[in-house]
Amino acid sequence: MVIAFGSMSRFRPLRWVVRTFVWIIRGTPLMLQLIVIFFGPGLLNMPFSWPSGESGRFVAATVAFIINYACYFSEIYRGGIESIPVGQYEAGQVLGMKKGQIFFHVTLLQVIKRIVPPIGNEVITLVKDTSLARIIANKEIIMMAGEYTNKGLIWPLFATGIYFLVFGGVLTVLLDWVEKKLSYFRV
Amino acid sequence: MAFLEVKGIEKSFGTVQVLRKIDFSLEKGEVISIIGSSGSGKTTLLRCLNFLERPDKGSIIVNNEVIFDAMDPATQRESEVRKKRLHFGLVFQNFNLFPQYTVLKNVTLAAELLAKERPDFKQNKKAILKEIQDRGKMLLSQVGLSDKLDCYPHMISGGQQQRVAIARALALEPDILCFDEPTSALDPELTGEVLKVIRNLADRNTTMIIVTHEMDFARDVADRVIFMDGGVIVEQGHPQEVFGNPKEERTKQFLARYKKD
Repeated sequence: MVIAFGSMSRFRPLRWVVRTFVWIIRGTPLMLQLIVIFFGPGLLNMPFSWPSGESGRFVAATVAFIINYACYFSEIYRGGIESIPVGQYEAGQVLGMKKGQIFFHVTLLQVIKRIVPPIGNEVITLVKDTSLARIIANKEIIMMAGEYTNKGLIWPLFATGIYFLVFGGVLTVLLDWVEKKLSYFRV
Repeated sequence: MAFLEVKGIEKSFGTVQVLRKIDFSLEKGEVISIIGSSGSGKTTLLRCLNFLERPDKGSIIVNNEVIFDAMDPATQRESEVRKKRLHFGLVFQNFNLFPQYTVLKNVTLAAELLAKERPDFKQNKKAILKEIQDRGKMLLSQVGLSDKLDCYPHMISGGQQQRVAIARALALEPDILCFDEPTSALDPELTGEVLKVIRNLADRNTTMIIVTHEMDFARDVADRVIFMDGGVIVEQGHPQEVFGNPKEERTKQFLARYKKD
């Protein structure tokens, strides 16, 4: 959300910096970002380092996912906010509302209604992208199944597929529910 | 001194000058219709009065209070502007109702938000909100929509939506109510109900500025008609004079075109 507002800022340098950041994050592979974020601090001799062992790998992967998806989400928010007709803002202004009041009481719910489908897409992609965390040796689900494959068993791989399907199914149901909740009005 | 004084308003968008030295005044209880072809600056003038556009030059005075002066930045501060714009109400061409709220909530929302700023709001919360609700219901019955309080905007017709928008604008008790082509987005059979509501307001001595393409309506309801063309006021006067015996050549041409239709 912060990134979305940054990219819409009227202050040009801020907007420029934020948009460049979004361009870099969206323009490079997530796998590359995972590697850079995990190994970068050590290779560049930064005073900062990830906690050792399993937890460090997990934290590094989490940070990489958050940064990456925040950029994608910010663009969805921006699209949603900018799609609200200017008349809605003007109606609020003419009625003496403050900027914050217009955002929270007039536009926010309309924005949410519009962005539920694309947000759903991103969330489901995120669930599946977690399998990329193996690159920094995080014990993610496909990697664990893969270890069984080495022992000559194929079924664990199918099991992971089913796991992802179920997870995706739950999210789909949840998103449908939100959409239905918001279907009482039309934008 | 008239109730509203507009002096020397000028406005350009880039290199296009939309308003050139607009001067007019309005008395309390008076109804002015502004007519003119598209692009003559009528809408921009209304938007300037409502602070949706900032004039490059000129000043606006309501009830002896300077609410806008292009030369004086103090009158243009955001916090000042917010209070002062409440002198004016605006009804938009395409209604701009809030889709996620019921008809009643559309009317009461702004008043509720304003009430929260009152120092006595916490103590008298219930009474204040009740009062706002009652007033909203009263206004909606005034525009003939008592049975639609709990409907959402998409459930009612365009004419009904515009009547809600009128009630919403009245909720904050503006001194001057402005209409920006209130029937232009409506089917012909729905314009009548909206015009009737506006006519009722005129009968109750509501001070109004109405930008419209409905010539017959402008003639009937207005105390004074302003004809604009090319960003200037070409002619103004009593409706009978402007429509029946226009002095300026441009007014004659404009009215002749309308009569042909």
